[in-house]
Amino acid sequence: MGRKSRQTAEINAGSMADIAFLLLIFFLVTTTMDIDTGLQVGLPPMPEKDQVVTSNQKQKNVLEVLINANNQLLVEGEILRVEQLTDKTIDFLTNNGKNPLLSESPEKAIVSLKNDRGTSYNTYVSVYNELKRAYRIVRDEESMKLYGKPYNKLNENQAKTVKTKYPQKISEAEPVDIGGSK
Amino acid sequence: MSKFRKKKSGGDVGINTSALPDIVFMLLFFFMVATKMRDVEMKVRTQLPKATEIEKLEKKSLVNYIYVGPPVKKEIFGETPRIQLNDAFATVDDVQQYITQERTKVDEASIPFLTTSIKADVDCKMGIITDIKQELRKANALKLNYSASRDVSRD
Repeated sequence: MGRKSRQTAEINAGSMADIAFLLLIFFLVTTTMDIDTGLQVGLPPMPEKDQVVTSNQKQKNVLEVLINANNQLLVEGEILRVEQLTDKTIDFLTNNGKNPLLSESPEKAIVSLKNDRGTSYNTYVSVYNELKRAYRIVRDEESMKLYGKPYNKLNENQAKTVKTKYPQKISEAEPVDIGGSK
Repeated sequence: MSKFRKKKSGGDVGINTSALPDIVFMLLFFFMVATKMRDVEMKVRTQLPKATEIEKLEKKSLVNYIYVGPPVKKEIFGETPRIQLNDAFATVDDVQQYITQERTKVDEASIPFLTTSIKADVDCKMGIITDIKQELRKANALKLNYSASRDVSRD
């Protein structure tokens, strides 16, 4: 052989594909694309033993939302669909005394939510979503008026101002069991 | 000797597979970046509801998960929704202990930032969810997050 001996020995890269496939299958099997988003709520603390939880709010300052075991809504005595709830809540929050049946001011406005034990979780989440949506819309309006930016782009102090104007007061009553948990 | 040779000398033309490892590595990197290691084996089915007003959970390490739903193995465990904490089935009474246990795993300063995430199936009834919420209130775990996927069908 009159060949010059090779200077560099080449690594046989034929098994690179096998290694890559192995790693890929490992990751496919052991990982999940988890969903890490959701509706953020704050639970009220448990009342002290002797504390009696009374609500001395005027009826007009409370928006009563009831959900029964058939996933139907009753808002202030009126049957509504879930899609209509946002508008009704916005009217309630921005009333400022105009309609004598709705809230006097957004600071005093409370939304009271009550569901049956047999209500479906899906409906409950949609209703809560609509309520949060109403609060977001009125807060966005207020922050655009004051600062020209939507609510989630405000800094801490500005957000606090908008929050004190429209405090999110969603209170949940103990659920009843009329429809039965089935 | 002509400069351009029309015919390839030799037999069959095989597909050049030298780019195969590159493609596979790309897929691999995608999975490494877009997923996280599954640390809990799901024993209950949780088809999450859809919502528009969702927020991201900030620090994954400060989140406790409660899974609620009908069991995956229907033949053995039945159809009624059950609670799963960590890797095993649990009842409502176990929730408070679970929260206290998870609290000991984080340092004092982070305790007020602990959040509980309820991953419940859409078909669950509110009875079991309300019981869980009561237990969380008793355990003073007041930051709660109802897990939901983004609803893209609305504005």
